[in-house]
Formats: sequence, structure tokens, C-alpha cells
Amino acid sequence: MQSAFSDPILIFAVIALVGLAVLFGAVLGFASEKFKVEGDPIVEQIDSILPQTQCGQCGYPGCRPYAQAIASGEANINRCPPGGQATINHLADLLDVEALPLDAESGVEEEETKVAYIIEDLCIGCTKCIQACPVDAILGAAKQMHTVITSECTGCDLCVEPCPVDCIEMITVEEGLSNWHWTLPPSSSKQIEGFKITDVITTDRVKTKQDDAA
Amino acid sequence: MSQNLTQRIKTAQIWDIPGGIHPPENKAQSLKDPIAEAPLPKQVILPLAMHIGAPAEPLVQVGDKVKTGQMVAEPKGLVSAAIHASISGTVTGIEDRPLAHSSGMSGPCIIIESDNQDDWVDLEPIDNFRDIDPATLVEKVRYAGLAGMGGAGFPTAVKLQPRHTIHTLILNGTECEPYITADHALMRERAEDVIQGALLMAYMVGEPEQILVGIEDNKPDAIEALQKAIDRAGDSRLSQRVFPTKYPSGGEKQLIQILTGKEVKSGGLPADLGILVQNVGSAVAAWEAITQGKPLVSRVTTLVGDALGRQNNYLARIGTPIADLLELAEIDRNKSDRVVVGGPMMGFTLLNDQVPVTKITNCLLVPSLKELPAPPPAQACIRCGLCAEACPASLLPQQLFWYAQVEDHDKLRDYNLFDCIECGACAYVCPSSIPLVQYYRAAKGDIRESEREKVKSDHARLRFEARKERLEKEAEEREAKRKARMEAAKAKQAASDSGKSSDGASDLVAAAMARVKQTSANPEETRLKLERQKKTFEERIEGIEAKIAEAESDDIKAKFSSQLKNTQKKLDGILEKLDSLENTASQEEIAPAPEKDAAAAAIERAKQKSEALAGMSESEKLKSTLASLKSRQEKAAAKVAEAQASGADTLEALKTGLGKIEEKILATEKQLTELGED
Repeated sequence: MQSAFSDPILIFAVIALVGLAVLFGAVLGFASEKFKVEGDPIVEQIDSILPQTQCGQCGYPGCRPYAQAIASGEANINRCPPGGQATINHLADLLDVEALPLDAESGVEEEETKVAYIIEDLCIGCTKCIQACPVDAILGAAKQMHTVITSECTGCDLCVEPCPVDCIEMITVEEGLSNWHWTLPPSSSKQIEGFKITDVITTDRVKTKQDDAA
Repeated sequence: MSQNLTQRIKTAQIWDIPGGIHPPENKAQSLKDPIAEAPLPKQVILPLAMHIGAPAEPLVQVGDKVKTGQMVAEPKGLVSAAIHASISGTVTGIEDRPLAHSSGMSGPCIIIESDNQDDWVDLEPIDNFRDIDPATLVEKVRYAGLAGMGGAGFPTAVKLQPRHTIHTLILNGTECEPYITADHALMRERAEDVIQGALLMAYMVGEPEQILVGIEDNKPDAIEALQKAIDRAGDSRLSQRVFPTKYPSGGEKQLIQILTGKEVKSGGLPADLGILVQNVGSAVAAWEAITQGKPLVSRVTTLVGDALGRQNNYLARIGTPIADLLELAEIDRNKSDRVVVGGPMMGFTLLNDQVPVTKITNCLLVPSLKELPAPPPAQACIRCGLCAEACPASLLPQQLFWYAQVEDHDKLRDYNLFDCIECGACAYVCPSSIPLVQYYRAAKGDIRESEREKVKSDHARLRFEARKERLEKEAEEREAKRKARMEAAKAKQAASDSGKSSDGASDLVAAAMARVKQTSANPEETRLKLERQKKTFEERIEGIEAKIAEAESDDIKAKFSSQLKNTQKKLDGILEKLDSLENTASQEEIAPAPEKDAAAAAIERAKQKSEALAGMSESEKLKSTLASLKSRQEKAAAKVAEAQASGADTLEALKTGLGKIEEKILATEKQLTELGED
């Protein structure tokens, strides 16, 4: 009986397969170098959903570290009070996990957007709040009055605690003409007893009780 | 392609738009009489943001006298419009006043109290606009404060500077919304100005091939007047297009579709197709602004509704309080319970009738309760599909309604929510009386807000990361510096070591001894240095004093004397340092063991004390603390007295120190008594 290795067909087959393996290996190796992804794409995606207040209420020093913790499975998705339920739902969608209610340990979701305000008469210029601000939104120097750049403030309130003279307040951003928008009309099932709809225009805003009082 | 399109348009063909509705027109009641001029208001309120874009910047101050037509606020940024005094008088305030806005909010306004003179500024009319460069004319329009008179209020000058070549100018005289007749009356009475204004605008945008006037067939008198004006103008590019009445044919994109058969693509502008649409009111305003030099200070407003005694079109000064106009039209407040700005389809209810007429107020509708009864409460959607049939933008209102209810922003975008023109046709036909447009408006607002938040959070992320990077870099730099210092110290050590030849341990000791010696030798050196400094400063003071004596003017004297003060201060500092140095030197002399470190002694004392305390009971501990505190208090009191006597500036500090010790004594005593009670 002839040895299996002496069969030329078998040898050709082995050579062909090895050749293919080497070829594909080279292609894959090249591809993995060429299309290398810097960083973890899922972390990026999670980070883009988080509200970037950098408040640390989740227990991590900023939104990106929290995103990394979520991606690695260390942290739950329900620890971001500034983002609230909307952010949790978004994260749940992205990661295909169940949406949890907000973790009460981290804090409570606040309805209003707030910004820090420094009472300038009381400020002693200690720069403690400047060091605490995660987004460099406080302007000032040692022994000079400090002030908050409102447009940069994320409302994280990290500057409130370090202030030795309690001169920082969190104030609610008032709704103005620039950020006013229509709200959803009350659904028919929720219509309150005695609620008077004086609006007849279908496109018009339903008067609220506040308006009547005003 | 543009050739093709103009060919098609030339055939005078009319296209149709999808959807649309035919609500009762209710236009006759306000067209019985010609436009009436409203009397001069006693006061005008001019909001700084009557147009779309950046609010204008005030040019006047409270107390300033202004003449009619004087610019009181200038445009700020590219998309903005100027604001002019619509009466002559005095500026009595620049403050927040309620605005004719669906939110009922207030905004900054300039308030002018009338002097009843209506004294106009000197106008600069241009007889032949063709002598002037179009860009100059556009700038004039900008400073005449023109903003889209059809209701949107987009600054006219911005539209007159298109980035594309315009081959067709369309004048919008459609006015499709029920009740409103402001444009109709204007076309009927001032057809000549409308057509001349159109030719002027055509000149400003580079003479397009076509000038079309689009008008619905429910305005026969206006059509006739316009046709006469067109014939008189004798320009072959002008032609009138009459098309069947249907709501909302007057929307910009809808009108383009009707007249050209072309659709402006989602998110695009008419200019992309080479088309520019202007309202007839804007054409008249532009004509007046150029040929008479008259800025936009008045507009035609329709006052209509069964609750008004005199329904008519009024030429009102901009800024006139709406309440004044309502009185003029003999409002019966028993018949009505609300005033609507705009028409019944797209208008909004005013929450306050003290708000002013603005450049975009084309209609004030005061319906009686019988005329426009309250709608029945909204019921569930029955999926009848009537809304989709009525939608002029070919959207799916039902789907939008569902997704708006659950706030699914991605889906709303997929269904092109932002192509909705909020015409209200869907809500008009809805058998369940669902206020659909309210849902769309709310959803649009939500989406815009979340977009704003997204931008803000991206910005915050950038700043956070930049800060992190900076902190890391700083830490690295510090580390590098520390290392460099360590290396340098080592190198120095090695260099000094190489000079001597002894073993390492005794070397270290020797080095330490040398350092100690150096520090102990230091006071003498410092003293010498300070003395030298003292000398130079004293010399300098003398020099300055001499200069002061020589100086002639007070200015120079003041300069030198401040210099002298500074130098004196520095000298004082040096003297003080010398004093303290001598004091420590004398103390060291008194002390028997100067090499014994004061800190070490203090630690020793503290150790002894704590050992002693460890052996005591709680009350004993407290008692001993009390005793030591009392001795400290005595010492402090002595120091305070001394300071008071010498008038030293450390008095305050010493006093607070004493106060603190006294506080501590009180606290300790309290603790003691509490312990005793236990």
C-alpha cells in the first residue's frame, strides 16, 4: 500500500490550505493594524450619552470614568442624577439591559437647570472653588474676586462645598424667551375637572391656570 | 435646468399642492371700507426683537427726544433689523414689557411717550433707484428695519442678498388664512406700489428673468388692480398668476410648488432653486424705504371678529398698544373673551392686550363665543387618516402624533417633523379634535432643547478633558523638576565627597554638621546684609528728598513723594528685620543651650504633658487643661496690655487670640460642670 504522503493530490491540498492560511493570516494581521480602533468605542458611546456635568455624584471622578466603569461592568447605569431617567433609558437602549430607576444613593434628579453664582461681596479670593471646578468655569486669582462664567457652568455644585465663606449659591436658570417652548397639551384622559378650554384655535396653546392667575 | 424651469413657468401653468383645506373664508367683513389710518398713539412700545434673529441694540437713552422715523435701535449681527421711532416724543423707558408672543413673556422694549407732533426726521428719498448700486440699496433696506410682513418677520435685507443666482422673484399675495385681509387691502389700494416695489427688489437681487405675483382667486378686486399696475409698468418679466383658493397655499414652499411645480427639498431654501419669495407688504415697505426714504414705522393690520363694532383694516404705527386699536374698532368685551394675534389657523391667544403691534402683526381676531366656539375635548385618535390627506407637506400627522406623545425624538426626525409648517390643516380636519399642532410644536421645542443641551455637554466634555490634560501636564512638570533637583543635589554631594576621602556614614554626619554651622553663622551674615541694604535705602531716600526740593511742578513732586513713601516703607521693613534679628540673637545668648532646638523642646514638653494626662481621670484632665489655658490667658492679656501701651499694630490680632483662649476656657469649664453633674 502506498503511503498517504506520497499521494501528490494530498500534498497539493495541504500546500494549498497552508498557503491560504498564511494568506488570510497576513490579510487579517494587516487589517488589525490598519483599522486599529483607539480606545474603547463603547466607552465613547456611553460617554456621549452622559450629561457631562462632571459632578461626580456617581462616585467616579467625572463622566468618562463613569462611562469606563459602566463599560467594564463595574457600575450600574442608574447612578447619574443630572441625566435622570432619560439618560438611564438611553443607556439601557444602548447596552440592551433593563432600565433601572435612579439610584437614590447617588442623588435625586432635579427638574431645573442650575448654575453656580458667586456673591462677589463675600468672596475672599481663596481660589478653592477654581480648583474644584471640573470644567474651568470659574474665573479669578488669589485674593481677587472670583466669578462664574455662566455659559460654561454645568451646575455640578462641586464648588459650593469647598468655599470657606459660603459665598456660592446654585441658582435656577429662569425660563426666558430664548429657551421657552410649547409643552405637550394635557391628554384627554388627564383633563382636570372644571378645566376651562377657552382656546378654540386648534394650533393654539391651552390656557393654564397659571395664565388665568397672571 | 433653470432655462427649463423658466420655460415651464412661462407657459403660465399652475400646479397643485398635496392636501389643503377649505375653511370658511370670513374675509368680506373687513373689506367693506378702505384702509383707515389709526390715530397717533399716546405711547408706543417697541420690542427690540420684532424679527427673527438677533435683537436690535438700543441707540437712545431714557429721556432722549426722538423724531418719527429716527432709528432708535440698530441691527446687531447679520440676521437682524433696525427699529425706528414710530412717533415723535420722549423715550421714557428701556425696559421689559409683555410681548405679543405665544409664551406671554416679557422682553426688552423701548417706550416712547408721544408729543402729539408727529415730527418726522429729514428723509432721504432716492428718485431713481437704478442710479444706485444694489448693495447700497440692500444696506438701506436693512437700516430701514424691514422684516417679513407676512408673519414670519425674517429680515428682508438678508433675503435680498442670496448666495445663489435668482431667476424668479415671486411676490406672495396669497394671504390664504381665513379672516386676514391686510395684504388684500394693500394690493387693492396700493397696487402701483406693490408692482414698483417688486421691480425694485428685482433690481436688488440682480434682475431675475421672471417676476411672478401669486394671488388666490378669491380677491378679484386686487387681481384687477394689480393687472392694471402690471400693464402700466410695461415690464415683460412681470406676470400675475391666479390660482384656486385653498389653505395653505400662501406658505412659501407651497406657493413655489403652485407656481413652478418644484418642491423645495427638506431643510433647503427657495434660493437653492433660484427662487426668491417676498410678501407684497414687504415690497411696498421696500418701495417706501428707497423712494421716500421712509423706514418701517407703520403697517396694515386687520381688526376682525364679531365682537368688534368696526371691523376694518387699519394703518397702525408699530408699537401701538393693541388695546388702543381694539377700542378704536369698538370692541364689545361682553361678547368676546379673548384676542387672537394672527388668523384662526396659526394665530395665538393674547394673555395681555397691553402688548404692542409689531412688524409681523397682520391680524387681530376678536371672535365672539358664537363665532368660534370652544372645541370639544380631544378624543382618542381613530386612525382615520384624514390628517394625512390634509397635510400640505405630505407628512404623516398620525405617526408624528404618536411619537410626539411618547417623545421619541429619533422617530420624529425620521418622519420629518421639521418639515411641518404648523399650518393646522391636520387639526382642522381631525374628527377627534386632537390639537395636533400643539404636539408638534412641543416636540420641536423639546428636540431643539435637547440639541442645545447636547452642544453644551459636548462643550463641557472638551473643557473637562482639557483641564485633565493640563493638570496631568503640571504634575508631570513638577515631578520632572523634583527629579532634576534631586539629581543636582546628588551631583553636588558627589562632587564635595570626591574632595574628601572618608567613609560614607561619617561623611553624612559631617555634611549635616556643616549645614547646621552654616545656618548658625547665617544670622550674622543676614545682619550684615540688612545693614548694607539699610545704608543704600537711606542714601536713596536722601536722593529723592533732594529731588523733591528741586522739583517745580506739583505733579513731579507728587510722583517723587510717592516714591519716597515706598522707599521709606522698604527701609522700615529692613529695620524691623534687623530688630527681630537682634532680639533673637540676645535670646540665644541668654539661653544656656542654644544648640537645643526649640521645636524639640516643645515636643518634649508635649510628651511629658500627654504622659501626665494619660494617668489622670477625665475631670483631672480637664482641670489641668483649664489651668494651662488660664496661664495662657494671663500671658495673652499681658501681651495685649503691652501692645496697647506701645500702640503696636498687632493689637487686633492679639485681642482675637485672647478672645479665643477665653472661649476655650468657657468651653472647658462647661465640660467640667457637665462632668460634675454626671
